[in-house]
Amino acid sequence: MFKKILIANRGEIAVRVIRACHETGIAAVAVYSDVDRAALHVRKADEAYPIGAAAAAESYLNIQKILDVAARSGADAIHPGYGFLSENAKFARACADAGVKFIGPTGAAMDAMGSKTQARQAMERAGVPIVPGTSRGLESVEQAEEAAARIGYPVMLKAAAGGGGKGMRLVHVPEDLKSALEGARSEAERSFGDGEVYIEKAIVNPRHIEMQILADEHGNTVYLGERECSIQRRHQKVVEEAPSPIVDADMRRRMGEVAVRVAQAASYTNAGTVEFLVDAEKNFYFLEMNTRLQVEHPVTELVTGLDLVHLQIRIAAGEKLPFTQSEVQIRGHAIECRIYAEDPDNNYFPSPGKITLLLAPSGPGIRRDSGMYEGWTVPMDYDPLLAKLIGYGSDREQAIGRLTRALNEYFVGGIKTNISLFRRILGDADFRAAKLDTGFLDRMLKRKQETAVDENAAEVAAIAAGLFAVLDTRVANGSKSELDSASNWKSAARREALR
Amino acid sequence: MIYDVRIDGRSFRLEVERTEGRWACRLDGGEIQVDAVLARPDVLSLRVGNKAYEVKCERVGGEMHLWVGSMRFAAEVRDPRSLRGKTRAADDHGPKKLIAPMPGKIVRVLVSEGAAVEVGAGVLVVEAMKMQNEIKSPKKGTIQKILVGAGAAVNAGDVLAIVE
Repeated sequence: MFKKILIANRGEIAVRVIRACHETGIAAVAVYSDVDRAALHVRKADEAYPIGAAAAAESYLNIQKILDVAARSGADAIHPGYGFLSENAKFARACADAGVKFIGPTGAAMDAMGSKTQARQAMERAGVPIVPGTSRGLESVEQAEEAAARIGYPVMLKAAAGGGGKGMRLVHVPEDLKSALEGARSEAERSFGDGEVYIEKAIVNPRHIEMQILADEHGNTVYLGERECSIQRRHQKVVEEAPSPIVDADMRRRMGEVAVRVAQAASYTNAGTVEFLVDAEKNFYFLEMNTRLQVEHPVTELVTGLDLVHLQIRIAAGEKLPFTQSEVQIRGHAIECRIYAEDPDNNYFPSPGKITLLLAPSGPGIRRDSGMYEGWTVPMDYDPLLAKLIGYGSDREQAIGRLTRALNEYFVGGIKTNISLFRRILGDADFRAAKLDTGFLDRMLKRKQETAVDENAAEVAAIAAGLFAVLDTRVANGSKSELDSASNWKSAARREALR
Repeated sequence: MIYDVRIDGRSFRLEVERTEGRWACRLDGGEIQVDAVLARPDVLSLRVGNKAYEVKCERVGGEMHLWVGSMRFAAEVRDPRSLRGKTRAADDHGPKKLIAPMPGKIVRVLVSEGAAVEVGAGVLVVEAMKMQNEIKSPKKGTIQKILVGAGAAVNAGDVLAIVE
């Protein structure tokens, strides 16, 4: 087993992996950029090394700097988390060349799967159903126009190296194709260092369901059940749940077996996810394979009782899978909310800044994987994911009840977050009825929010506003001054004066 | 203490006074039984009669919002004796400023000075946290001035352009 693991990431996922290290007696090494010195993952690690400027290319995407730290710290393995270098085959190979174990698939498996175009080619050969489109990168606007005309609008442009909705454009009419292609290319170039973009028929309002797989280095591959990820905004998942409300045991087995076939076609090892689009008739099409741990892996952990990061580490250390397919049991229901630093009342603009108040939920069936803390300043340089809140219950209804309760307990002040959006989603009639597809969220957001104005609540707010003003001098006259010890003393003095 | 309080645009006059270890509170003249504990800065445990509330105070930029349960209210508190805090009524005529809603980097300027724009037309693209966001014109008019160029780093609240 490894003695020391370097985590080549930041935020909640770095903290998640550090925890797994500590749970299994492994030392954890953090790396951080100039703006992340105070980040939570640095606080939690056993060793921490600065790796350069805020721009990811200078730090979290810099292969040489990270391998230098691995050598200096004596780490024998690297966990890449998700995003950044996690799906970079060059990095996986560079680790192997440097004699450090990369906790993930081999560079060759990533090449076969990490590039969406190559994955489509491999799946065509393996007879796995795929969405109509090109299986090679687009070389010109004319070629894109020709392909779009052949498969029919609407079409989806996608970065071959993509993920998380970056480098992706939905195009309804030929006139928009050129600018969409340019936009997708430049975003793909910036996000992944690879501007290759291909085209696919856009299946209107499908479900997005993915299958978690796990493969050891001895030829054993299992599937751990599906996750329903249909609730998306700008092609970015917002809420995920396991199991999917529409997948029964038979469909799970069929999807799982295709997913295992997909993985084995690429000699895939470690944790991976096979994504499917599912149409209204429950036909499923291979979409892509994510060759890393997913953001939403906790919902699978809760319903299977397995710890995916522990298993990733054990597999990378050469151990055999400690269970067989028939031993994998799905029990209960789990739902995850991705808490982002963004403003739902202002077109979801990112909202970096200082967290002045943080009240975190706990209690039965609640898991919170977080990278933030009170007093920390959320930098503007990275993805706005702050934390994940996951509710677990013996069935979907109980999971929703617990998660709703926890969302009501959750409070982040000083910056804006999308917590209120989840209250709306979880209370939505279609969500409760599990009528989900990728158009769900846009439809819900277009509907006017029912604002049942509670007269009493407004009065309570008015009273509270005055009492805050008396007890906390920052409130009066809209003063913006930061809370400091001086104003604490002032408010104490004021309190005394009022006695 | 007497305060003019605005909650989601609705005005209240609130009188609060601490006498003999308890709060005397009058809201728009009506007496209300109140018991309050500041659990920590920005968190107030409030009893109104026997009903219990946890009220949280959130400040972003210069704005204050209060959360009562899961309901969020825009709140303004003014001490009527103070001359500060007076705001001018919003004016739809005249030049309008396009303000950066968050810190970030200008990736593209979509129009040039002197260009005519419709309401909602994209003027600039700001990138923050790996997302590109179009800053749209708040009114129909002419771009009078563009104050930043592509590549510029901006802070929340910076004026990016002016629409006449």
